[in-house]
Amino acid sequence: MNMGFQTLLRKEVLRFWKVAFQTVAAPVLTAILYLLIFAHVMSGSTAAFPGVTYQQFLIPGLAMMTMLQNAFANTSSSLIQSKITGNILFILLPPLTHWDYYGAYLIAAIIRALMVGLGVFLVGLAMAHVPIHSVTAILLFALIGSAMLAALGIIAGLWADKFDQMAAFQNFLIMPATFLSGVFYSIQSLPPFWQAVSHLNPFFYLIDGFRYGFFGKSDVAIEISLAVTTFSFLCLSWVTLSLLKSGYKLRQ
Amino acid sequence: MTPAIEVRAVEKRYGSFTALDGVSLSVAQGEFFALLGPNGAGKTTLISALAGLVRINAGSLAVMGHDVGSDYRAARRALGIVPQEIVFDPFFSVRETLRFQAGYFGIRRDRALDDWIDHLLQKLALTDKADANMRQLSGGMKRRVLVAQALVHKPPVIVLDEPTAGVDVELRQTLWSFVRELNAEGHTILLTTHYLEEAQQLCTRIAMLKQGRIVAMDTTDHLLNAFSERVLRVKLAAELPAGLAELRIKQSGAWHHFAIHAYQDVEDLLARLRQGGAEITNLEVTEPDLEEVFVKVMNK
Repeated sequence: MNMGFQTLLRKEVLRFWKVAFQTVAAPVLTAILYLLIFAHVMSGSTAAFPGVTYQQFLIPGLAMMTMLQNAFANTSSSLIQSKITGNILFILLPPLTHWDYYGAYLIAAIIRALMVGLGVFLVGLAMAHVPIHSVTAILLFALIGSAMLAALGIIAGLWADKFDQMAAFQNFLIMPATFLSGVFYSIQSLPPFWQAVSHLNPFFYLIDGFRYGFFGKSDVAIEISLAVTTFSFLCLSWVTLSLLKSGYKLRQ
Repeated sequence: MTPAIEVRAVEKRYGSFTALDGVSLSVAQGEFFALLGPNGAGKTTLISALAGLVRINAGSLAVMGHDVGSDYRAARRALGIVPQEIVFDPFFSVRETLRFQAGYFGIRRDRALDDWIDHLLQKLALTDKADANMRQLSGGMKRRVLVAQALVHKPPVIVLDEPTAGVDVELRQTLWSFVRELNAEGHTILLTTHYLEEAQQLCTRIAMLKQGRIVAMDTTDHLLNAFSERVLRVKLAAELPAGLAELRIKQSGAWHHFAIHAYQDVEDLLARLRQGGAEITNLEVTEPDLEEVFVKVMNK
């Protein structure tokens, strides 16, 4: 592993770790508040899957949603801050390749996402018993989901020239897509039209596949979720690498 | 010997604006070279092109023989750039910042690196700020950290883009003394500055840019001799004696200016003034200066 990549990765991890209250603890707390409120409000509702309470159903979805949002936040905020303050120069002057940038930003975001996801899951365990059906599925979807959103965060970070544009990307694209991906409900409970719309949202497959890892049950076949999410990740990675290689909005 | 910097017919356009219009220059290894010009002349664009931050429309650039496009990794390893703008990463301390910068260039963190960082901090009077967060430093200190960042990977070619803007006199002296040392050790220095007296004192060769074109390039001595002259200024109690007016190049109040080519001319002029009955109340000899050269070249 080359030294430049290792250093950038270390820097990106330290960047969020130095403000871990904001980047790790706060998202866990927010997810727990969602869990407390929704579990209380929906306590009388029908379980999404037979034998699974609403509280149990909610925990994996919330963990995944938090992971996705934080993976996106990590790469996008790092890039936009560096671009606006000008310190992006420090990584543009050295002999780093587009693969170094991609790998370091992506892995740092995955590390943050996994820490946050684990935090939500562990606190959730104190509130409800959550079975584990397949550790492989859990890890696979956690990794693919975090990597997908990390790549999307790099694209947004490169594209945005100001915080306002970044906020628009986050609030009008990422937030609705994660909230409407079946975190709080099973899409089986939706009318057919909205079920069809949900199937167009790649985040839905991430949540569904991740949840399968816990309950062994899902809205769509696990193989389809894996194929859709892997394909989405590869497409986003291709776009990200192309932008980084071309120096899009980095080198004039 | 391979030139430290080779710029050939470089063109850079931003829409209809031409920032660099066929710039060519070559800087030899070990040279202390100045790139001068008014704001917007293209100095920073040229430096950015060398660093790979700006993509050129035509021509080629090489650092220590490595093309900045096709062999960018080797070119960037050979180059240390002190940017014009003060930028810093607010998350880290001075030492962390330098360790990261060295790591980006492939330098492993070990005792040797820490010793080099300590040496840089000492030379730049930053030792007591090594563990301070970058946010706590003054503007001048942040600028010196930028210098240390540019040097941390020991590049043979160092580019200083207006490094003393906003730096106080004492720190400026510290910086120049260190840069002189680096140059004496064999590092090539490319300097841009608006403080022309600094360029005159430090640089052996100078290029002047105007509207994206090189309008003058020569050794500092040649430029001074070609565009500026040594002047004898005398202040007289009364009028200039007849017969000397044709020798005068300028008059401002009671001060009369005469061009001199050798110090013998001073003696001759003073003798003629005495013979003409002039009473000298003050006199001084001014050396050729780069500011005059710069103004003349830019107004050509």
